[in-house]
Amino acid sequence: MAGLLDPTHWLALDVALTVVVAWLSVAVLGLFALRRLGWVAKVLFPAGGAIALLLFAVALVALFSAPQTAVLPLGLPGLPFHLRLDPLAAFFLMVIGAASAGVSAFAAGYFRKGEGTPPGLLCLEYHLFIASMTMVVLADDAYTFMVMWETMALSSFFLVIANHRIAEIRQAGYLYLLVAHVGAIGILLCFGVLQANTGDYTFANMRAQRLTPFWGSVAFLLALFGFGAKAGILPLHVWLPEAHPAAPSPVSALMSGVMLKTAIYGLLRVGFDLLHVQLWWWGVLLLALGLASAVFGVVFAAVQVDMKRLLAYSSIENIGLVFAGIGLAVLFSAYGMKPMSALALTAALYHVAGHAFFKSLLFVGTGSVLHATGQRSLGKLGGLIRYMPWVAWLTLLGTLTSAGLPPLAGFVSEWLLLQSFLFTPGLPSSFLNMLIPVVAALIALVAALSGYTMVKFFGVIFLGQPREENLVHSHPAGTWERVGMAWLAAGCVALGLLPVQFIQAIDPVTRQLVAAGLGSTVAASGWLLVPVDIERASYGPVVFLLGLAASFALAFALVRRLYHGRLRRASPWDCGYPWQTARMQDTAEGFGQPIRQIFEPFFRMQRELPSPFDREPRYRVVVGDHFWDWLYRPVADLVERMSRWIGQLQQGRIAVYLLYSFLTLVGVLIVVKR
Amino acid sequence: MSVLGSLSQLLEIVVALLLAPLLVGWVNQWRAWLQNKSAPGVLQPYRVLHKLFNKESVLAQHASPLFRSAPYIVFSCMLLASAIIPTLSTDLPLAPAADAIALVGLFALARVFISLAAMDVGTAFGTMGARREMLIGFLAEPALLMVLFSASLIPKSTSLATIVETLAHRELAIYPSLAFAGVAFTMISLAENARVPVDNPATHLELTMIHEALILEYSGRHLALLEWAASLKLFAYSCLGLALFLPWGVAEAHAPLELVLALPVLILKLALAGLLLAEKETANAKMRIFRVPEFLGTAFLLAVIGVLVHILLGA
Amino acid sequence: MSQLAGQLINLFAAVILMLAFAMLSQRRILSLIHLFTLQGLTLAAATAVVGYVTAQPHLYLSAGLTFVLKVLLIPMLLHRMIERLDVRWDVEALINVPTTMLIGIVLVIFAFNLAEPISRLSSSIAGGTLGIALACVLLSFTMMIIRSKAVPQVIGFLSMENALFFAATSATTGMPMVVELGIALDVLVGILILGVFMFQIREQFDSLDIRHLEKLKDN
Repeated sequence: MAGLLDPTHWLALDVALTVVVAWLSVAVLGLFALRRLGWVAKVLFPAGGAIALLLFAVALVALFSAPQTAVLPLGLPGLPFHLRLDPLAAFFLMVIGAASAGVSAFAAGYFRKGEGTPPGLLCLEYHLFIASMTMVVLADDAYTFMVMWETMALSSFFLVIANHRIAEIRQAGYLYLLVAHVGAIGILLCFGVLQANTGDYTFANMRAQRLTPFWGSVAFLLALFGFGAKAGILPLHVWLPEAHPAAPSPVSALMSGVMLKTAIYGLLRVGFDLLHVQLWWWGVLLLALGLASAVFGVVFAAVQVDMKRLLAYSSIENIGLVFAGIGLAVLFSAYGMKPMSALALTAALYHVAGHAFFKSLLFVGTGSVLHATGQRSLGKLGGLIRYMPWVAWLTLLGTLTSAGLPPLAGFVSEWLLLQSFLFTPGLPSSFLNMLIPVVAALIALVAALSGYTMVKFFGVIFLGQPREENLVHSHPAGTWERVGMAWLAAGCVALGLLPVQFIQAIDPVTRQLVAAGLGSTVAASGWLLVPVDIERASYGPVVFLLGLAASFALAFALVRRLYHGRLRRASPWDCGYPWQTARMQDTAEGFGQPIRQIFEPFFRMQRELPSPFDREPRYRVVVGDHFWDWLYRPVADLVERMSRWIGQLQQGRIAVYLLYSFLTLVGVLIVVKR
Repeated sequence: MSVLGSLSQLLEIVVALLLAPLLVGWVNQWRAWLQNKSAPGVLQPYRVLHKLFNKESVLAQHASPLFRSAPYIVFSCMLLASAIIPTLSTDLPLAPAADAIALVGLFALARVFISLAAMDVGTAFGTMGARREMLIGFLAEPALLMVLFSASLIPKSTSLATIVETLAHRELAIYPSLAFAGVAFTMISLAENARVPVDNPATHLELTMIHEALILEYSGRHLALLEWAASLKLFAYSCLGLALFLPWGVAEAHAPLELVLALPVLILKLALAGLLLAEKETANAKMRIFRVPEFLGTAFLLAVIGVLVHILLGA
Repeated sequence: MSQLAGQLINLFAAVILMLAFAMLSQRRILSLIHLFTLQGLTLAAATAVVGYVTAQPHLYLSAGLTFVLKVLLIPMLLHRMIERLDVRWDVEALINVPTTMLIGIVLVIFAFNLAEPISRLSSSIAGGTLGIALACVLLSFTMMIIRSKAVPQVIGFLSMENALFFAATSATTGMPMVVELGIALDVLVGILILGVFMFQIREQFDSLDIRHLEKLKDN
């Protein structure tokens, strides 16, 4: 920290800290302009976005330099903040910076009128949220980490209940806070195990410890529990589909796109950096949990009728895929197959970056739709491509990326992940060798089903005919909203077309974690992505896109030249039934019906079927989650029973309370006597 | 990127464009003969394309630019797919840009765009077709991926050129995993190309349509491009099957003479494949729509077993 | 030449597994009998090839016996039986085909895993196919369990015997002739008795659904 006032000697870590301070000042400024929407929306949020871009740039620089540490004398006396900026942290800072830049730009145009919380307060909470996420990633000791983790949880809680006048939103916020704290206990206990009785909670000390396999497994399982609760892995996922839709759209975008990634960061930090030896069954456990979450998430997403809930379940699916990739990396690392581990880890990290961009893009797109139409339910939307063209076309890019289609970002991570599965027949255990193709098949199934879900999402909202009359009055998005969405869409496209460059950026991270990386192999082939050997596998997204574009242009030009381009407009084919209405298109339930039928055991469905004798027949189906009945209600009942049993201590009579004090005193005297 | 490579690539694209409608005509011809009907001639698809291109295109009033550009996008996807599958030669400059997994992604891209275009007009037929097409897609795509996996485990590569070269060079070897993969691939091709027993390409009854429901709103040059794209898809799938399971006769790099021979061999193999397809379509009845997930689920599981058998037997 | 023979045996093993799976998912009884016939044919061919490679002439005899019994005699008996029982075009409902196939995959993985250390020790040319044979046994057993009509259960029993025979051929060099003849006789007699049984069930309950047999319980 020496030479702080001399800019030429600033390290990347100093710049990152400046970014945090800048965000905090923006937050405080928001507090002073509590109800002045214009000032908050047009000045403060764009400023926050520009600061995020600075973070992105400095993290990119830090990725290729040596780790830097700092000790800040904040916090309690004797417990200063230790901070560290190494490649792993730098990668996640890049993700945070880039995604928040786009979301902040969008938020500048989004917060139009007061929605229960004054805009200045929203600005405070928002910037506190992203500043605390940055500090979580920079933290180098358990104390800093937990303080910043709590700040992150609290600020996001207040953001989730921004519309606190609605009871459902308050309940969603409560559930979110509850699960976040249950997870935090797990993380705290994990740090307790990692410091191995030395009393020194810095990560540097934890790195120096050599835990026995038993205690290492305990630490890993606790970390999995704690970070898994934050990431939304089965079975601790129930808060995600409630909290993400309840929050305002920019906040949902940040939570899904960025906050879930801090949980991944935590798992990587504990699993690979602080724990030196990985065991094979950790990898299998991660793989199993990740796959279960992925399948569960996508199956539920396919049957949702609320657009934000659909995206929330889709986030569960994507995080599940990331966990599966990390599990595979742990498995390979446990058997000493470092290059394969690097491949799987690269796939997981690529998906982390891609998901941050496309999920944020999709959420802010729904934000624009919500603002323009006031509807969240898919059954009341439709045909918006005509009234909101910018939002529609940019959301189309996000949809295609989410479906994992070439040449965009989602395909690259899926390609890398499937490539890492192909190399697995080299594992020593034959049982694992046989499970791996089944796992690869499940991942392919998840990818195909996410395509189904995304077609439903885009088609029901933007295509077709409007299902309600007032939709024709929807206004298109404003400039700031377009800027934010365009930035995020550009990220999706860039990640899809330039995989070689991005893998070279991920290379320092995998080198730090598993001591191997794809950077050198990949750099040798220029525009073509060749992870191992050009004979084995290769993928060239730019050539791919150029090929498609060239045939498109050629077909268009030739048809126009040789034939003609005459066009006539008429009404659509009605098969002789002229009274077609917009209600006769597929609804969201209808589109999800095949999935409901095929995957019936997954759901707890409540159906209300009409009978021929009803005056006003009604059909209603509510698709619920079994986990409430299997896990949460029994646990809640148990907690309630235990607390009632302990509550018997509260007798209400003073004599009894005095008796308690007397017994405690006698007990202490007996113990002291020994 | 040699001259011979570029020549074989160009030749493949031209051959695909020209022969695909002929393949469809051949299959229809045989189907008619096997059912004791008289057929309109093998060149009928060309006449249909010419007629459609000359016609005016009628669009729904509220169709968006997505609807208008989807036929071109689908056509480009199918053309690119035919260009990267080693039909005539394995020395293709475009092939390193897309391996087997990217090929599956390419088919998925076309499927997503045609489904979105079908949903664009907002009638019951279009959305029903889109839902059914995505249903078939979500089961057929992983099955196809697993088939390509089992084929790629033998040469340990997902590059189609390497797979074909390796399989063509092993002495007459029988791979049990490829037997499973072959059965699964046949089932998947039938589903993806909208053939009996999954979908009837000649039906116009709304309750039984899948592919026809997707292209119901199109007319004129757009419909012509979509019909051509569908025949290119059938051509691509047949060539993929021939490349994986009957790879002999495909030319390789530095062998210009083989390129000349490859074309007649391809035509012969395609003629046989077309005949088999017509026989299968005639002998089977169309399945009810809700049996289709079972059919494709069986294909998927057979492909997975193929991979498992490879791991067990090492072949 | 012996390499080709080894690959042929592997191929036949794969075909037998495929047929076992097809039988598991097949609904129509007539198709089941056709698949069973095909399985018997493949089995006979595989035994003949093993006999050729290991130069054991008594395996040719087993192949011939299998052919006569499993491809000609028993299918003929089964055809006659279903004609007289009038279940020729019967289609029965299973538990959900995808679920059965998933159970099948799990059993296949289990069997492959179990057989791997044993097949490494085997000296026979077809050692790698022990896992497949074991998988077929488990699949046929599953078929017997989940079917609700009598005729498919019988076919499941016969198919299990097929798979056991194949397992014996692949793991060792075939069973002693005496054992084989004994087993063949047992199977034939078993079929005849089961046939009589099915007529009795039909007479008693007017249907071949074995769930009716639960009525015989002592309550």
